[in-house]
Amino acid sequence: MAQMTMIQALRSAMDVMLDRNPEVVVFGEDVGYFGGVFRCTEGLQAKYGKTRVFDTPISEGGIVGVAVGMGAYGLRPVAEIQFADYFYPASDQLVSEAARLRHRSAGDFTCPITVRMPCGGGIYGGQTHSQSPEALFTHVCGLRTVLPSNPYDAKGLLISAIENDDPVIFLEPKRIYNGPFDGHHDKPVVPWSRHPLGEVPEGYFTVPLESAKIFRPGKDVTVISYGTMVWVAEAAANETGIDAEIIDLRSLWPLDLDAMVESVKKTGRCVIVHEATRTSGFGAELLSLVQEHCFYDLEAPIVRVTGWDTPYPHAQEWAYFPGPERLGEALKRAMEAC
Amino acid sequence: MDRRSPLRLHVPEPTGRPGQHTDFSYLHLSPAGAVRRPQLDTSVQKTGDLCYALVRVLDDDGRAKGPWNPKLSPEVLTVGLRGMIRTRVFDARMLVAQRQKKISFYMQSLGEEAIGCAHAMALDPGDMNFPTYRQQSLLLARDDAPMVEMICQLLSNERDPLKGRQLPVMYSYKKLGFFSISGNLATQFIQAVGWAMASAIKGDTRIASGWIGDGSTAEADFHTALTFAHVYRAPVILNVVNNQWAISSFQAIAGGEGSTFAARGVGCGIASLRVDGNDFLAVYAASRWAAERARRNLGPTLIEWLTYRAGAHSTSDDPTKYRPADDWERFPLGDPIARLKTHLIAIGAWSEAQHEAMQKEVEAEVIAAQKEAERFGSLADGHLFSNSTMFDDVYEDVPDHLRRQRRQLGV
Repeated sequence: MAQMTMIQALRSAMDVMLDRNPEVVVFGEDVGYFGGVFRCTEGLQAKYGKTRVFDTPISEGGIVGVAVGMGAYGLRPVAEIQFADYFYPASDQLVSEAARLRHRSAGDFTCPITVRMPCGGGIYGGQTHSQSPEALFTHVCGLRTVLPSNPYDAKGLLISAIENDDPVIFLEPKRIYNGPFDGHHDKPVVPWSRHPLGEVPEGYFTVPLESAKIFRPGKDVTVISYGTMVWVAEAAANETGIDAEIIDLRSLWPLDLDAMVESVKKTGRCVIVHEATRTSGFGAELLSLVQEHCFYDLEAPIVRVTGWDTPYPHAQEWAYFPGPERLGEALKRAMEAC
Repeated sequence: MDRRSPLRLHVPEPTGRPGQHTDFSYLHLSPAGAVRRPQLDTSVQKTGDLCYALVRVLDDDGRAKGPWNPKLSPEVLTVGLRGMIRTRVFDARMLVAQRQKKISFYMQSLGEEAIGCAHAMALDPGDMNFPTYRQQSLLLARDDAPMVEMICQLLSNERDPLKGRQLPVMYSYKKLGFFSISGNLATQFIQAVGWAMASAIKGDTRIASGWIGDGSTAEADFHTALTFAHVYRAPVILNVVNNQWAISSFQAIAGGEGSTFAARGVGCGIASLRVDGNDFLAVYAASRWAAERARRNLGPTLIEWLTYRAGAHSTSDDPTKYRPADDWERFPLGDPIARLKTHLIAIGAWSEAQHEAMQKEVEAEVIAAQKEAERFGSLADGHLFSNSTMFDDVYEDVPDHLRRQRRQLGV
């Protein structure tokens, strides 16, 4: 075991896979010589050479487009989009091509690509470096969407994603790259080097896709969340004294429905949390699923806590971010309803 | 006092419209044999003039001229002729089948047969095409053209290799070097570059060939493909089929006015050619030149194939609404089949009687394939893949939510 930040864990996953599988290639803007603006690919070009780890032109459509072609050839590309906010030019390649290639060709061609992208706010990134566009991916049949909340899962899930034969969107909450973040932006962050979930095996291991984790067991209310927000939810539970059971989805779609349903049936109450904007957000889908599968076990209306339906502001970041206070209030509301 | 005149927006127009002949002088043709053939390792800049000229081998009398003459044997030429005739006959039969409501939709390649046929013959086994919906000649040029399966795809029947999931003509034949066709235009162009990059990464010897129409060169994927192909010196041929029309939009609406699509390539650092796409010999020679360059790590080549979309865009289109009805007859580059036939007769390797016999043979071949395919049903008679199969291949395995939805559908 080694202590790793999420960045080191992601790098380690790519390192392991570049070493194990000659079909794996890694590329994106600034990922080669420099090692990525967040340093996730640092040292990989020196170790594996320029034809396996390389820089690309500033063209997200091109990055994903060549990844689809490479996948069709038989490689396993791991492409980086520098910020999730920048993926939009690649939409056609992801939605119309990568996601549907296996289906439209009846398995003649497949698209075993992984597209990594840092997401989420809390870094004063303003509206073009803070977005959480996961619902745009979960809406697309044929894509898998994954979003880890800690270094251990980040490495194990990224290896699973690279080995998976479907196209995987791998979202990385950049606010927790260096340490867990409970939403108290005015307090110092505990680095991963001093956190148990920063303990990561150096070699190969996987965390299965479509498998949620009970992040914090509890009996009062189920919180369904992912990424940074599981840490905020934990803080809210501790601060309100409400014994919340926090489900970390890890794979957003296809997802582990049983884990959600089992917990909600046990607690009878449910709060759904994400940082992304509210309307037609992934929370709406989660809420529908809970309603469809747990209606007769519910003792209170399901509560949603999300970012506001505004662009992610720069200066007003902490009014936008659904912090522990907003979550705490939501937990109380879920408990107060009869 | 303001002496400036008001600004004007320029909206290009074709020279011809229904009832008014097209003035084809906008094409800027070169005489057969007049354009030089550069060395394979030519610098990109030295192909600049070729983007505004037109590589042609066959003259109007069917004689092969100049440095681009590939000097193919009459035997090879008759194989090419057969491929073109097979493509044309196949298209004609399938159009009729569409009108008989046996198939839901069709797209013919009338007038463009030389491009795919000669190109397919110039590539090697294992090379991968990333075609548009009008390159059926890449498949039909082959002696082993999978015609029965292709027709089953068109019929969406129970032997459709794509299980009824795709519109007719959106074939996929990995084993024949034919990538799955997308209805979203231009996406395949950058994918071809990615495939070629992969081949280079692996130290393979296979090359890719990407296809796009004049209209879709306006998409970002076209420009992205040129950038990536140049940056990584990808072993890829970038084919722009300039058939003058994108549904009802003339090629000037895609940016062809006062420029050429080949010229885009040189601007991006790619050796580029503008070639008579209705001249089988020129298509073969230019395709070989580009393929050899790719195979020798000399980088990508962009080729603009000048041709004319003689038929409607698709069976849902009526071109008499927007262009002169006699446009193709007046198109100066003629009919690719007639031109190769004239050449073969001129060199004493062919006769009208042989041609007629070949036409009959191919018609019989296509009719037999159609009969065989129709045995397996059609969209009209309901002999399709079962509804439950739509849930397969969305992912490698069927996830829980799709199993639930399949149960809901009751299949």
